[in-house]
Amino acid sequence: MTTDTPAAGFRFDWLRFLERYGSAIVLVALALFFASQNERFLSARNLSNILAEVSIYGVIAVGMTFVILTRGVDLAVGSLVGFSGIVAAVAATSLGAGYQAGWIIALVSALVTGAAVGLIHGKAVTWFAVPPFIVTLGGLTVWRGATLMVNDGAPVSGLDEAFRWWGSGQVFGVPVPAIVFAVVALAGYVVLRHTRYGRHVYAVGGNPAAARLAGLDVKGIVSSVYVLVGLLSGLAGFLLSARLGSAEAVAGTGYELRVIASVVIGGASLFGGMGGVGGTVIGALLIGVLTNGLVVMNVSAYLQQIIIGVIIVAAVAFDTYAKSHRGAGLG
Amino acid sequence: MSVTLLQVRNLSRRFPGVQALAGVQLDVAAGEVHALLGENGAGKSTLLRILSGAIDPDEGEMLLDGERLAPGDPPARRQALGVVTIYQEFNLVPGLTVAENLYLGREPRRHGLVDWKRLNADAAAVLKRLGVDLAPAARVADLSVALQQMVEIARALTLAARLIIMDEPTAALSDREVRVLHDIVRGLKASGVGVIYVTHRLAEVKAVCDRYTVFRDGRFVATGAVADVGVDDLVAAMVGRDVQPARRAPASPGDWALKFEGAANGPLAGAAIGVRAGEVLGLAGLVGAGRTELARAIFGVDGRAPGVLWMGDGRIEPFGSPAEAMAAGLTLAPEDRKAHGCFMTHPVRWNLSLPGLAGLCGPGGFINDRAEAAMVDDYVKRLRIRTPNDATPIGSLSGGNQQKVLLARCMALKPKVLIVDEPTRGVDVGAKAEVHQILFDLAAAGMGLIVISSDMPELLELSDRIAVLHEGRVAGELERSEANEHRLMVMMMGHSSNPQPAAMT
Repeated sequence: MTTDTPAAGFRFDWLRFLERYGSAIVLVALALFFASQNERFLSARNLSNILAEVSIYGVIAVGMTFVILTRGVDLAVGSLVGFSGIVAAVAATSLGAGYQAGWIIALVSALVTGAAVGLIHGKAVTWFAVPPFIVTLGGLTVWRGATLMVNDGAPVSGLDEAFRWWGSGQVFGVPVPAIVFAVVALAGYVVLRHTRYGRHVYAVGGNPAAARLAGLDVKGIVSSVYVLVGLLSGLAGFLLSARLGSAEAVAGTGYELRVIASVVIGGASLFGGMGGVGGTVIGALLIGVLTNGLVVMNVSAYLQQIIIGVIIVAAVAFDTYAKSHRGAGLG
Repeated sequence: MSVTLLQVRNLSRRFPGVQALAGVQLDVAAGEVHALLGENGAGKSTLLRILSGAIDPDEGEMLLDGERLAPGDPPARRQALGVVTIYQEFNLVPGLTVAENLYLGREPRRHGLVDWKRLNADAAAVLKRLGVDLAPAARVADLSVALQQMVEIARALTLAARLIIMDEPTAALSDREVRVLHDIVRGLKASGVGVIYVTHRLAEVKAVCDRYTVFRDGRFVATGAVADVGVDDLVAAMVGRDVQPARRAPASPGDWALKFEGAANGPLAGAAIGVRAGEVLGLAGLVGAGRTELARAIFGVDGRAPGVLWMGDGRIEPFGSPAEAMAAGLTLAPEDRKAHGCFMTHPVRWNLSLPGLAGLCGPGGFINDRAEAAMVDDYVKRLRIRTPNDATPIGSLSGGNQQKVLLARCMALKPKVLIVDEPTRGVDVGAKAEVHQILFDLAAAGMGLIVISSDMPELLELSDRIAVLHEGRVAGELERSEANEHRLMVMMMGHSSNPQPAAMT
């Protein structure tokens, strides 16, 4: 047995290795590169900046992982960040004004807003069978419009210290949003990997018809992932308002791109059923490091956009290539 | 006969970790139908893919009419040489018409534009030659699987095929359609075309093939004239051992476990079936007779079925969803494993435990990994599921092992009634006997089984009683002792054996 093709038997599978750890390797390589180019990159202040930035859309990316696992997508998350952020700010400055814990009212209203909007998206997808792309493309403009209507396009400011702590405070030197992101990511990981609900999400994305025949409530599960990503967009809206100290009507614009890119760079398949929170976290960090590094290196803002776009497409192209060249047919 | 059309010599092909073909040989004469036999993994598909030009061999040679087929040929070149492969999954464009599909990429032109008149006329001529009643302008998406297959064969004819390779052509056909196909194959043969016929149904080999070649584990095992061997010899050559026919304990049916009667004014009118505990009810019928539809309706797949349902203690409302049915003790193993059964890229473990997860969860829906692994391991051992481990994607198992995983999934729910739709479609001979044994054991343990199968010998072997459907209605029922293929066929064609008042039709 041991004499049987010892040379050919043990061959390191580069493709598989890269498919699995490729984005982590690129992340480390990018970080090392930027560190070598500019010492400011590794300063405590810059790192804490990156973390805080990443965390806000990273929180949404955790929810988006669930959505993409079910073969869906949510393009409205950026608008929803703006909408729930302004709702939170209005709640804090009106209802919560003068209270010590006014931020709680703000947080709850942001979460409820996000979840309610997510429920609307989810029901539109499951009841009326409108493709998620279309439902949330509509949502993208609807909720941005709603955001603008809240205060006639003007920012809502005057947020108190306790509210702002959620965006710019630190605990033992770690930015508060980063702690929130860590908690959300960990919870997302545990739910996907170790609960029945997580298994159902994978099943619905892997094969919806088989999932229904296996007794799963497919529509309920699909709706629920939009509620989840809505809820987390609400949380992100709250964090962003806290970080900026005010709620801008244009806050969160373009987040959908970064969020979806994080999930996809993290290895999730847009055809559903494959992916996980671990990959998404790496993907979100990668985008954060790249954006920040380019800024630190004084690369023009225009060129940055081009570089990021190319990297997203390259990541998916590689993933597709690796999958098609793995375990080619048996007899 | 006996003009050698195709010679395959010493052909080998290796994939990472598997020697898929090891020095196999195959001779096909012009005007012969040659059965290529072997279990899943024997190397048939690899040979087919090499012949069609989809992949290249590592060594060996192929001669067509004495001319060497160059290894690097792309599939299009092989087709031009007259080697046409008809795969199980058709290469048709559903949105186009029959005629457009027949001449896809080779449309006759006039002044640079497609000559529609000639296109349709040519297509009609080819279809006529096949003896198929099919309009050239029909959209392929609207055709039955059987007719789509005819379109594939017709396309092979338009390519002036000299060698047609058919990969399990009858897997999705009813018996009547199989007969039509066989007539067509005989016609091809008479016109001097060589046919390589891959199938798991050995009765078909006897019916339509002249010679056979058997592969096992990538090696050539035997070849010869079909007339000289019995089905048992073929099975022994394929499996490499004697297959024990499944043995069943004498049935001792108990009370009714499930009865369903379609509402008289609804789409399921006339569909009334019932199964007792410990009994196997076979559902026979042509494809399109409504067997799968009836099973899915009872299982609640498309909402509450119009009709009355008795299960267990009494009459209950028909199920509104599979989840409701499962909660009440009814489970279904679907016909199409790939589309409706398996989660192909997911591990065996996930596939097996999915519907029964609730029983493996602690508070908060957390899965008890150890209990899950133990449960899966138990079924893998009991049903002899051959898988490297429980983390292997189910898509990389053979059809037989996939089917066993799906049966285990159903069994884990401990249902009172189990509906199995085509239990052994695409399952090889050895695993087929094992699947039958599993079903017998379940019946012996008191489960009521409803088995749908287009494979009549299988139905006769498994069933205590057979209900025959014709155009959605139960045309009659036969006890095991009075059933045979002929009587079943007569009833399937719509002739009731115990005549009822001829009020309809």
